[in-house]
Amino acid sequence: MAKHHITTTINGEPTEFLCESQQTLLDVLRDELQLTGSKEGCASGDCGACSVMLNGRLVCSCLVLGIEAEGASVETIEGVADGDRLHPLQQKFLEEAALQCGICTPGFIVAAKALLERNSNPTETEVRYWLAGNLCRCTGYDKIVRAVLDTAAEMRGA
Amino acid sequence: MKQIRFAAPTSVEEAVRLLVDAGGAAHVLAGGTDLLVQMRSGLRRPDLIVDVKRIPELRAIAQEDGGWRIGAAVAGAEFNEHPDLPAVWPGVAEAFDLIGSTQIQGRASLGGNLCNASPAADSVPAMMAAGATCRIAGPGGAREANIEEICTGPGQTSLAQGEFLVSFHLPARAVGSGDAYLRFIPRTEMDIAVVGAGVNLTVDGDGQCTSARVALGAVAPTALLVQECAEALIGTKLDDRAMGALAAAASAACRPIDDKRGTVEFRTKVAGVLARRAAAIALERARSN
Amino acid sequence: MAEEAPKLRVVGTRPIRPDGVDKVTGRATFGADFTLPGMLFGKVSHSPYAHARIRSIDTSRAAAVPGVKAVITGSDLPEITREEAFVGEAPMNFRDLSQNVLARDKVLYDGHAVAAVCASSVAAAEEAISLIDVSYEVLPHVVEVRDAMAEDAPILHEHIRTKGVDPKPETPSNVVSRVEFALGDVEAGFRQADTVVEREFTTQAVHQGYIEPHACVASISPDGMATVWCSSQGQFMVRAYCAKLLGTEISRIRVIPAEIGGGFGGKTVVYLEPLALALAKKSGRPVKMVMTREEVFRATGPTSSAVLRVKVGAKSSGAITAAEMTLMYGAGAFPGSPVQLGCMTGFAPYDLENVKAVGYDVVLNRPKAAAYRAPGAPMAAFGVEAVLDELAETLGIEPLELRAKNAAKEGTKAAYGPKFRRIGYRETLEAAKSHSHLQVPLGPNQGRGIASGFWFNIGGQSSAAVHVNEDGTVLVVSPNPDIGGSRASMAIMAAEVLGVEVEKVKPIVADTASIAYSDLTGGSRVTFAVGMAVVQAARDVVEQLRARAAKLWDIEPDAVVWDGGEARPSSSNAGDFSPLSLADIAAKAARTGGPISGKANINASGAGPGFGTHICDVEVDPETGRVTVLRYTAIQDVGRAIHPSYVEGQLQGGAAQGIGWALNEEYIYDDSGRLQNPGFLDYRVPVASDLPMIDAVLVEVPNPTHPYGVRGVGEVPIVPPLAAVANAVGRATGVRCFDLPISPPRLLHALEERRSEAAD
Repeated sequence: MAKHHITTTINGEPTEFLCESQQTLLDVLRDELQLTGSKEGCASGDCGACSVMLNGRLVCSCLVLGIEAEGASVETIEGVADGDRLHPLQQKFLEEAALQCGICTPGFIVAAKALLERNSNPTETEVRYWLAGNLCRCTGYDKIVRAVLDTAAEMRGA
Repeated sequence: MKQIRFAAPTSVEEAVRLLVDAGGAAHVLAGGTDLLVQMRSGLRRPDLIVDVKRIPELRAIAQEDGGWRIGAAVAGAEFNEHPDLPAVWPGVAEAFDLIGSTQIQGRASLGGNLCNASPAADSVPAMMAAGATCRIAGPGGAREANIEEICTGPGQTSLAQGEFLVSFHLPARAVGSGDAYLRFIPRTEMDIAVVGAGVNLTVDGDGQCTSARVALGAVAPTALLVQECAEALIGTKLDDRAMGALAAAASAACRPIDDKRGTVEFRTKVAGVLARRAAAIALERARSN
Repeated sequence: MAEEAPKLRVVGTRPIRPDGVDKVTGRATFGADFTLPGMLFGKVSHSPYAHARIRSIDTSRAAAVPGVKAVITGSDLPEITREEAFVGEAPMNFRDLSQNVLARDKVLYDGHAVAAVCASSVAAAEEAISLIDVSYEVLPHVVEVRDAMAEDAPILHEHIRTKGVDPKPETPSNVVSRVEFALGDVEAGFRQADTVVEREFTTQAVHQGYIEPHACVASISPDGMATVWCSSQGQFMVRAYCAKLLGTEISRIRVIPAEIGGGFGGKTVVYLEPLALALAKKSGRPVKMVMTREEVFRATGPTSSAVLRVKVGAKSSGAITAAEMTLMYGAGAFPGSPVQLGCMTGFAPYDLENVKAVGYDVVLNRPKAAAYRAPGAPMAAFGVEAVLDELAETLGIEPLELRAKNAAKEGTKAAYGPKFRRIGYRETLEAAKSHSHLQVPLGPNQGRGIASGFWFNIGGQSSAAVHVNEDGTVLVVSPNPDIGGSRASMAIMAAEVLGVEVEKVKPIVADTASIAYSDLTGGSRVTFAVGMAVVQAARDVVEQLRARAAKLWDIEPDAVVWDGGEARPSSSNAGDFSPLSLADIAAKAARTGGPISGKANINASGAGPGFGTHICDVEVDPETGRVTVLRYTAIQDVGRAIHPSYVEGQLQGGAAQGIGWALNEEYIYDDSGRLQNPGFLDYRVPVASDLPMIDAVLVEVPNPTHPYGVRGVGEVPIVPPLAAVANAVGRATGVRCFDLPISPPRLLHALEERRSEAAD
């Protein structure tokens, strides 16, 4: 069975992999590249646990084919921290207990980071609607939203 | 095990050739937010996936004839980030923006939304109300069609074998006109529309409605352009009586089903409510235009 | 004895959880993240019929798919006779469990597993599954509780004769059992009442909705020693259940817990693990199995759908004179709904002389119900709290007042038997009364609902070990999977006892071969019971530290105190020695007797019952029936919050699940008994934009039996919201909904009916 040879950039690193046509980017990240930080919660784009950035856009990696990564730039949860320096969002999530079981956390961090990169002063409503595609069953979202708002304030230097 | 082939043509002609050669066993890939779900569930089993996102016409947004030409594979996020377009066609913009989550918006396209032909597709009623047209490429060359000609039933389009959607055209925005789209979902996000209503209307200096297009989604096998709704508004100042007639006409035009998302009774009632509310917003926008 | 001393140093603070960095960076390993070299991929074939006899299964085409290494069906699992079905006093029926994990002669629900394969790729496994040829004889099915109880209902299990009825029935039934709890004389009580409200309610089956699908990797060596990596709510449960289902000794299975991505009770049972082990045995290779989201919905237990009748009578003063309820819960395909727990909890917040609760456990053609956060309680509380709200409205009494007048307190005899010791229900009512939420004015189409709820919380068998490392840092080893941040609490409690910085104490969750037995994570027991074991183990260490210091100083251990993380002579009489820290003593461990390590293995009793009172504001769109939750306050007696942030998280998460249950979540079946919404698109859990901030108010009435006053907190929060939301909708619209979920089509229909009645 002939596979596609794909050349791409993942978290800034030039990366190559082989994949079949029907493998999603999520399958590739987890099964071919052992980047298991992105999670499969539904495989239908309804839960956001697989969120990654594709060419600077927030997407569900379960709805992108691995082949489509050719020549693209992919950013996953594994690339959010800078070595052992956590991103302010990650730090705030920890300080404000914005996670319980933690399975949805990578998706939320990637999604929230995307929000703060285009809107440094979101309202609570804007945060909630931006993150509506990320399901959490443990927290009721309260502490997650607070952590995002507090991170935004901190990053603004407020 | 069947192996699925993949191609990413860089021109319309190349794409048409691929589709024709596949003899109906190919499927176009734009945002993939419907196709990948359907492939996974076994609903669609293409032999060949044709990714059209590398064709420049499919991704471009440009002014044309006073209106706008929008590539069929432009993503919702791109559309809504455009500096001018959402302000000119806010109803179309909000309809497109309602499709799915932020993540879905990063990929979902107008072309995909239309050609997937879900009766509940959010962008379709708004595009119908706007009087948008689409450009279709195929073995016989390119042709233009109205939005309302495309969907023929749930999951079915009038596109011939080898044809695919290249772009849309939104007409010039007349002075004193405005559009709006509302949908009903039980949550605040992430649901398929239970009812959708798109209204595009024009009022003159006296506030009288001179033209109107009203389309309903999720209340019939395809989105409906409802002439009776337009007639309820044209020649009126959208007073309570006209709005009541509009709502009644919308409810009357419904041919919905009972399903896991809504009942016949519910859809019929809410179609009227949303048509009225959308018309009110469109009127606001028309007045300030 | 409870230490009500306010001077706790670490307990009550909010340190960063020890496993946190791994979870925010994606490094943490959940069930599906684990791989082994040479691993195969397993997949399950599911029945498409709600009820059918299996005439035959032909797996030959599946076995012939290239890459397929093994295929199993029900005949590959040992038969467990009815006599052997139960182990000890535990309620699990292993015969039923085995039949649920792989069907035998019948399939009993859409999604019931009938066969499984393993292959060298997921694609090959999926293809093989599609080639499993099952010949079914389709039978009539029944998916609604009332239909299943009817005389002419299709029977699921021919051997079932309703228990708890007199005379003993002789014909098969879908009603498995009848239970009853009663105090006093309800008939007399109703006669004394000035007002009686009686209503019938229905609730739908809802799923725990954990974001992580079930996943495991199983590996068996040629000598039969098995290892399973899986996320579950209890690795000892997985070990025991797999051993029983596969007919092997417990010592031959080692279960290593992965991080768990949500459980809420749904992962207190096994589905994939026995299959993965059987496939690993047959193929001779490790096997990984991961459920799809659709499989999670179709083939794992949601909670029960329910029909209930609640009747409450009261004097015009508001004093309740009698309360009665009848509950009918759907168990799914095999017996065992939580109806008894519903009977026991519904009226528990109230001090009642005359009370009666009757429950029926009913099988029907749906997945076997699994525990879901306070199993059985939310449905019963929905009915009770809704009737109390109507009563309050009819009598012209404030809802909080009505509850306060009848509130259970220390010494109250609960309807289900025991007398309450120190409890905090009244305190939650008082906190609600004085909360600023009640001052917020309500606008048009807005309403405020109030409801209370109860859960027992449990103790249970728990183990812990505390090891002092050579450099004086500490390892706390406990057995329970961390589903809500409990690791942090274990570290906090150990640090408190030892008097050291919490950063010096590292908690780990150990596998079944590395720590003593523990009951699973559930019943809101971990912080209470495992915490108690941790405290005891840490105290054991403190005793040893005193003895070691004594040895070093050549004095009696009685003359040594442990204070502020150091050993000190108890007085100047004992000697003039400089204090010794943990690190000092650890460095000299070898010469004072060897490694320093404490342990505790207990069966914790004295779990403190929990009570909650919630306040919910909604706005209803009268033209569409859409309900928006504007404001939500969850007040709960938590005993003592070891790590307040994570306790607040439990209140907020449970409230959110309850809101979903009230408004939008439900299992939808078609006429052929097939599940229509096995995905997050149409199984509608609340999303971030659906909810407001949830104010979590922690009332602390310490539990006298825990060293730090801990009460379980995880389950109470899901009990009040169903009625809190329904009561709010009732107050907003004047129309009460007795059927959940209050989805827009249902509510709009009710509003329209009321409008047309008013017009007539």
